[in-house]
Amino acid sequence: MATETAYDGAEETGGLVFHPLDQFIVKPLFGDGPVHWYTPTNVTLWLAIAVLCIAALFIWGTRSRSTIPGRGQSIAELMYGFTHKMVEDITGKEGLKYFPYIMTLFMFILFANYLGLIPMSFSTTSHIAATAVLGFGVFFAVTILGFVLNGPSFLKLFWMSEAPLFLRPIIAVIEIISYFVRPVSHSVRLAGNITAGHAVIKVFAAFAALAAVSPLSVLAITAIYGLEILVCGIQAYVFTILTCVYLKDALHPAH
Amino acid sequence: MATETVATEVNAGMPQLNFETFPNQIFWLLVALVVIYLMLSRVALPRISAILAERSGTISNDLAAAEDLKNQAAAAEKSYEKALADARSESNRIADEARAEAQKDLDAALAEADAKISAQTAEAEAAIAEIRANATQNVGEVARDVAQALVSTMGVDVNADAINEAVTARMKG
Repeated sequence: MATETAYDGAEETGGLVFHPLDQFIVKPLFGDGPVHWYTPTNVTLWLAIAVLCIAALFIWGTRSRSTIPGRGQSIAELMYGFTHKMVEDITGKEGLKYFPYIMTLFMFILFANYLGLIPMSFSTTSHIAATAVLGFGVFFAVTILGFVLNGPSFLKLFWMSEAPLFLRPIIAVIEIISYFVRPVSHSVRLAGNITAGHAVIKVFAAFAALAAVSPLSVLAITAIYGLEILVCGIQAYVFTILTCVYLKDALHPAH
Repeated sequence: MATETVATEVNAGMPQLNFETFPNQIFWLLVALVVIYLMLSRVALPRISAILAERSGTISNDLAAAEDLKNQAAAAEKSYEKALADARSESNRIADEARAEAQKDLDAALAEADAKISAQTAEAEAAIAEIRANATQNVGEVARDVAQALVSTMGVDVNADAINEAVTARMKG
């Protein structure tokens, strides 16, 4: 709780106030008590909104099951087709078994990213805690799956049989290091992109308090916001496509 | 002032690194992921794949039906043309038959007429021959009578047989 009081103390200073990271503070929804693991917080609220949006698009949107789709159903079908094609293209037909998991990941990250762009909202994917769960979840799932499906021959992933013999151990070491760095880069990439964009917008927003630079500041916010719209989609896509690539390694470990 | 504030913030650290909120975030994230997974895998994805399968089924059915109708139309056209050709050859056959019949009638009538004509011709020739024979005989008689009269007028008495003989010999000559 010490950190929270530190933020509170910062609020009292006047003038040009920079709180670019305050938007990421996890607060209880009701009251000011400590954040237990079960406490409903703003994280809970925005996760729930993401779940509701996904339900609205994919369940309410497709309720008519029409052969000629309406607007909502078209979007749901496009998302389905896009993800389905991506999984099939990268992992092959065997990977389609895992399509619902990948769809879950993709839709969650996509909706969480875009909901985070709503002013005054909370970006759940800006937290390393959330993205690390996703990234390490993918890492452990794919590694376990690789060993379950291929047995010890999964280790061939690290042994380049095409390389000259004396280089193979060196390559294997590099491959193993890169394999274990994967979940870190996977999760930090997403959280870092979202955090950075939101923080930059907040910094420009703070400058808007100065009348002289406020038009420039508003322009900059607009530009960064446009960039963020791209980043949110691209980061969700990148996360998903990397998940597919890792899954492909588990299904077909031989290079 | 501003730099001081920023400094305070930096000292306070990022909210992302406030580990006290991690259990809370992870717990609610897992809840959300499980709920999304159940919604998608139990309801949404089977429904969408059913919609897509049904659509492609409908489209291929429609295409097959269109193909079927096209084939039917082609068959109908073919049978129509066949009927047309049949009718044409039938009409030709009937016309030929009628022509042959008419030709036969015509030939019969012509033959009958020819027969009648030749009969009449023969009759007429017979009559002419008779007339001619009669005429020759008459001329002989007249010539004998004239010769007798001439001879008697000239005062020579000649018997009838000699005159007759002379006239007949003259007439032959």
